[in-house]
Amino acid sequence: MNIQQMAQSSQVISSPLGSQISVTNVSKIYGAGDFAKEVVRDCSFTLDRGKLTVMIGPSGCGKSTLIRMLAGFERPSSGAITLDGKAVSRPGLDRLVVFQESALFPWMSTYDNIMFGPRARGEDTPEMRAYAEELLHKVGLDGFRKKYPAQLSGGMQRRAELARSMINKPAVMILDEPFRGLDAMTKKLMQEYYSNLYEEFRRTTFFVTTDIDEAIYLADRILIMTNIPTQVRAVINVDLPRPRHVEDITENDDANAIKMRALSLLHEEAMKSFARGSKAAADFVDAYAKRINKE
Amino acid sequence: MAKAFVLRAMSTVGGDDFWRGIASIAVFLIFWEVGSRSQALFGIAFPWISQIPAPSAVLQELVVLVQDPSFWMSALLSTLRVFEGFLAAMVVGIPLGLAMAVSRTFYGITFPVFEVLRPIPPLAWVPASIIFWPTQELSIAFVTFLGAFFTIVINVIGGAQAIDVRYFQAARSMGSSTWDIFCRIILPATLPSIVVGATVGVGITWAVVVAAEMISGGGSAGSVGGAAGGGLGFFIWNSYVGGSYTQIVAGMISIGIAGYLSSAVLRKIGKWLTPWLSQY
Ligand SMILES: Nc1ncnc2c1ncn2[C@@H]1O[C@H](COP(=O)(O)OP(=O)(O)OP(=O)(O)O)[C@@H](O)[C@H]1O
Ligand SMILES: [Mg+2]
Repeated sequence: MNIQQMAQSSQVISSPLGSQISVTNVSKIYGAGDFAKEVVRDCSFTLDRGKLTVMIGPSGCGKSTLIRMLAGFERPSSGAITLDGKAVSRPGLDRLVVFQESALFPWMSTYDNIMFGPRARGEDTPEMRAYAEELLHKVGLDGFRKKYPAQLSGGMQRRAELARSMINKPAVMILDEPFRGLDAMTKKLMQEYYSNLYEEFRRTTFFVTTDIDEAIYLADRILIMTNIPTQVRAVINVDLPRPRHVEDITENDDANAIKMRALSLLHEEAMKSFARGSKAAADFVDAYAKRINKE
Repeated sequence: MAKAFVLRAMSTVGGDDFWRGIASIAVFLIFWEVGSRSQALFGIAFPWISQIPAPSAVLQELVVLVQDPSFWMSALLSTLRVFEGFLAAMVVGIPLGLAMAVSRTFYGITFPVFEVLRPIPPLAWVPASIIFWPTQELSIAFVTFLGAFFTIVINVIGGAQAIDVRYFQAARSMGSSTWDIFCRIILPATLPSIVVGATVGVGITWAVVVAAEMISGGGSAGSVGGAAGGGLGFFIWNSYVGGSYTQIVAGMISIGIAGYLSSAVLRKIGKWLTPWLSQY
């Protein structure tokens, strides 16, 4: 891919709210013949302009695989992915992925990591630097601009990575379980940081998680996925007012209704694969059974 | 903070590791001294070690040697050859390794040849290199070059191929061109492996230069009067021919020290080049 094409693709941003993505009948099969493994089957959904769509599904169901296809790193085996009507076939400046594990460049300071995108495009301007400072401040890393990723805590790394993506103002932002593996306190803090960033930066966003509370707190719409080979099992609209607060949500009846519905769907999916003997699914059922009993 | 402090303390003079190092060297020297004087001390000659001159005798020899300009000349000659060979190996090896790691086609073409040549010990190249290089000096430098070259290339390839694919994906989706990815991802990500390759390579270079000097310079130079030879390898060979055993050991120790110093310098440079690896 050359820079020319990427530059062009970044200019298709037609709306300040970002782009619209449609996934139509997408399947993904890895390997061939006896080794073929179907990970995604006939999956369709849309990411609406300026909306935050959260995908929630059992561990290992194929969420990251869908993300790699949306990002253009891999192609679907069949079906189509379009961005504002144009087929997605390669990575582009219009779609930015925040990966499941930290992908900060270990050899660059926090500041240099954040400025990576602007510099790659020759935009190391005073305005950009000011914006980088602003983002550093927003994610609470002012004092850490010169530190390397290895010197940051897990939560700080995730924040630095959010800032590194946000500075590029992508038309679509894709986050793959960005807060996975963080302790409960840090996670809650991160959700608040992220929510604040999103309020200011309302663009089409695709957020993948396995945490139902996180999903309800953030989403405009929740896609509940089936087990592998995955497809959309149900779509739930979350019409709670914004800005939201974690405390309000735990006491909100609508939110609880959504949660119960989502949990029972997820529970069903997990039971299906439990019947097929998946250890991950069994753990999933246990964990959720415990949570439901507590509440 | 506490961790950083402990790390720093350990590497400074007076830290635990420092005293352990001193103790280990002292014990080694005592065993050696006692062993080589075993005939006089106990009436029995310990096997092997009693043939080696005692450290005290070697030290006396070293005191004499450091005042002898021709010894320094030998050390300088070897150092220059190491430097030449090593530098050439870096200049040729790093780009070659990077090219092999980056281009599948280039890798396919070059790697088989590289893998056939790599197991050939550098010293096996000595006769051939004396034949096809015009001067003795060049042939020694060439063999020295080979010593470091293969290690450096292998390390560069390994380092560059192990780069996490997500770094490329992240860079590409933020708008990096191929050249930008090369400069800001591939190069820094490979740097630690380059440093390792260089540090290991320089040690091999010292081993090779000395042997090459013995074979090409020392072996025949006995008759030519050392006109073509010189260097610490030649010095040791001459001492052997002249029957001065303390000089042999003194020469060996100088090489050990020189090798240690080169690695230490490279490690320092490496640390400076890769600050993200040592900051916690
Ligand atoms: N390149 C590949 N080749 C073969 N199988 C693959 C490949 N990538 C993923 N898979 C398989 O696809 C399945 C889904 O993987 P994926 O990472 O998309 O799931 P996920 O929902 O993101 O899981 P997690 O919750 O663990 O992140 C896994 O069983 C995995 O083994
Ligand atoms: Mg995943």
